[in-house]
Amino acid sequence: MLDLSGVNAFYGKAQVLNDLSFSVAAGQVTALLGRNGAGKTTTMKSIMQLVVAAQGQVQFAGQNLVGKPPHRVAKLGLGYVPEERRIFTDLTVLENLEVGRQPPRDGAVTWTQDMLFELFPNLAERRSNRGREMSGGEQQMLTIARTLMGNPRFLLLDEPSEGIAPVIVEQMVRVIKQLKTEGLTVLLSEQNLHFAQAVADTVVIIEGGTEKYAGTLTDLAQHPEIRDAYLAV
Amino acid sequence: MAFFIAQILTGLANASALFMVAAGLSLIFGVTRIVNFAHGSFYMLGAYIGYSLMQILPGAVGFWGAILLAGVAVGLIGVIVEICVLRPVYRAPELFQLVATFGVILVIQDLTLMVWGPEDVLGPRAPGLRGVIRIMGEPVPKYDLALIAITPFVALALWYLIARTRMGVLVRAATQDREMVGALGVNQAWLFTGVFFLGTALAGLGGAIQLPKGGADLLMDFNILTAIFVVVVIGGMGSLPGAYLAAVLISVLNVFGVAYLPQSTLVLMFVVMVIVLMVRPYGLFGREEVAGEHGQIGEPERPIKPAGLTTRLVVLAGLAVLAFLPLFGSSFAQVLVTDILIFCLFAASLHFLLGMGGLVSFGHAAYFGGGAYAAALLVTYAGTPMELVLLLAPIAAGLAAVIIGWVCLRLTGVYFAMLTLAFAQLLWSLVFQWGEVTGGDDGMVDIWPSDWASDTTAFFYLTLLLSVGGILMLRHTAHSPFGYALRAARDSARQAEATGIDTKRIQWVAFAFAGAMAGLAGGLFVFSKGSVFPNELEIAKSFDALIVVFLGGVKTLAGGVVGGAALKGAEDYITRFEYWRLVLGITIILVVIMAPDGIVGSLRRAGERIGLIRDPEARS
Ligand SMILES: Nc1ncnc2c1ncn2[C@@H]1O[C@H](COP(=O)(O)OP(=O)(O)OP(=O)(O)O)[C@@H](O)[C@H]1O
Ligand SMILES: [Mg+2]
Repeated sequence: MLDLSGVNAFYGKAQVLNDLSFSVAAGQVTALLGRNGAGKTTTMKSIMQLVVAAQGQVQFAGQNLVGKPPHRVAKLGLGYVPEERRIFTDLTVLENLEVGRQPPRDGAVTWTQDMLFELFPNLAERRSNRGREMSGGEQQMLTIARTLMGNPRFLLLDEPSEGIAPVIVEQMVRVIKQLKTEGLTVLLSEQNLHFAQAVADTVVIIEGGTEKYAGTLTDLAQHPEIRDAYLAV
Repeated sequence: MAFFIAQILTGLANASALFMVAAGLSLIFGVTRIVNFAHGSFYMLGAYIGYSLMQILPGAVGFWGAILLAGVAVGLIGVIVEICVLRPVYRAPELFQLVATFGVILVIQDLTLMVWGPEDVLGPRAPGLRGVIRIMGEPVPKYDLALIAITPFVALALWYLIARTRMGVLVRAATQDREMVGALGVNQAWLFTGVFFLGTALAGLGGAIQLPKGGADLLMDFNILTAIFVVVVIGGMGSLPGAYLAAVLISVLNVFGVAYLPQSTLVLMFVVMVIVLMVRPYGLFGREEVAGEHGQIGEPERPIKPAGLTTRLVVLAGLAVLAFLPLFGSSFAQVLVTDILIFCLFAASLHFLLGMGGLVSFGHAAYFGGGAYAAALLVTYAGTPMELVLLLAPIAAGLAAVIIGWVCLRLTGVYFAMLTLAFAQLLWSLVFQWGEVTGGDDGMVDIWPSDWASDTTAFFYLTLLLSVGGILMLRHTAHSPFGYALRAARDSARQAEATGIDTKRIQWVAFAFAGAMAGLAGGLFVFSKGSVFPNELEIAKSFDALIVVFLGGVKTLAGGVVGGAALKGAEDYITRFEYWRLVLGITIILVVIMAPDGIVGSLRRAGERIGLIRDPEARS
């Protein structure tokens, strides 16, 4: 469903993605793993075209995304949940959801506010609160809910478990599993295996902006040396 | 008491248009991050278009219809401007966008002149609201009361739009993080266009609605600009209640100023502003602006290196030509080159501030005009000889820069830019209103050089010496450790602080130094002309320097000088045309869109392409 091939990306003169290639199959949850600074966020951004690759292709649903403006990419059905969350702090929860709202899309669930409040009960109670009054975990739920309002077919989750309490991490696991059953394809990034093990079907490991390993979680279990070499404990 | 109330009512009525225009500016800035310097021009267009429509449409319905239609028409013109001029430069550095909007000002000025002619237009009075009502015996125009009643509804409608509609939600979201809004599937281009429509329509509405009170004239674009900057700075960028409160505050203050302290009306506004900023640096309702947070990264700058042999030779050859100019050039040529040299020094001083320091000052004329007036005052009232004056003028301008810099440097980015402009206007109003001392509008005349320098050629050499000396000093400073510290402060204040650089202090010194050099140019200017008028302190003068720096190229040291020479040379030629502003404006806009590196930068690129100059990056 999503294919990166030979992607090179730069910040100024520093090369961050180096001939990066990997694929994500439809209907699967794929974990993009790598240490601090491995290039996970940059990968996500260059899929969304928030960072434009100097070379290489990003194919999604039969189209090359490179060079399209981000709003076009989103309109094709890619939903992006950034690492820093970037919720609109001056806006209420309901208004944040409104920003994300897009028309229904063929072949994807059409999310309503009520459905999202069912998925994230904490948000329901806080619907009139402003973004800045929310806790870290609530903000994380809000970013996911906001992106779901765009009825994506493919979800990019950048470090969804970062900096949130264990109970909420468990809730995230449930949510991602449910999204998968609803037919969403998910690419999520993490620094370590814990969260990925709970939700992912396949993993892609990157280091220095290059793919080092791709395979199923079960296969990775056979190769502890790879895990030790490229992942944080 | 009755008088008091009548005054307050007049102030409230005056606040009406001011609020609409300022709200529009604030709205546009919030989303596009562009300070629309052409906002006053849209206000002016609103007034003229409203006037023409009122001639056609009859009766009270026609009158109010004309006001609404004027707003819509101006909004549509705003859309054209947004699509043609601003869209291509959204990703460009802030300065380019500002210069582009300045190009728009020039174009609109001349188009207005073409269509409506140079005569002031007297606004038609509102049908059914012609007379006055007596409130406790004091006459209050009915139209004023109508304005007072209407404004809250406009504010309410605006509030509804922003607070309750999807468009408003998107606008507020984009104000905070427009990249994220785009990543969520919203086409920002249309959001920006929509906001520009709304903002300029408000300006047009403001222009049309004040017609019965103020009419329309060709100066109203700049006149309102200062007021709306002050309103926005006091109220806080992006805050509607702030804009309303500040508009009322300024207007009421003005009315009382006229009644009690007629000489001080313009100054009063600034005093209030400074007090507010001392207490709340980002305005009554504003929050700190984090500039350029997402995106907006310019191309990496080439390292500025000391001049190579070729450059030195070219410069020397140029100086030699200048030195021998009196041998072959007419005295007209010498006068022209004297003008150019003075202007180059002025532009170079701004370039230093802007290019090296990253401090976009919009009021650099304050120091040029300040130096000029200091010189004129010294000669007129103290009979100081020219030699001493040329030493004291830069010192005076430098001192002014020390004081103004102290206030302005508390803020950054657009706030800094608007504040510097506001202070230049303050100096202008001081000079303008303090007629007994400065001659006001009539200027100060009869200020001639010492005998030995009174000959055209002698003065030419004096100017050559001092301007080139000044420019070399600026250049030298740019290459000194101070210059490196200044650039470090520009590129990353935090990193610079970490290495022990007191960035604010460095910037303050640079501000004063640039001011002093501009003051030197101003001093020379007075003696070359024999007179000085308030327009040397005007916004247009500050913009001249900005345009020059921009045309020359911000990132190249020669930018200010080359741009100055080019503009002054061209100005002599094009001002012979009736509609030269139109030509200049269109040129500026085209340069912004097509040659954003400026003259020097583009020449260098062209040179690299055809192999004349080696690309310094190609080697590494
Ligand atoms: N805006 C930027 N400008 C310059 N360099 C950057 C920028 N953003 C990231 N980098 C660099 O690019 C490299 C990859 O960063 P990236 O954020 O993609 O890594 P990551 O895998 O997401 O790391 P983390 O786990 O810490 O989020 C890092 O070396 C980082 O320092
Ligand atoms: Mg990251």
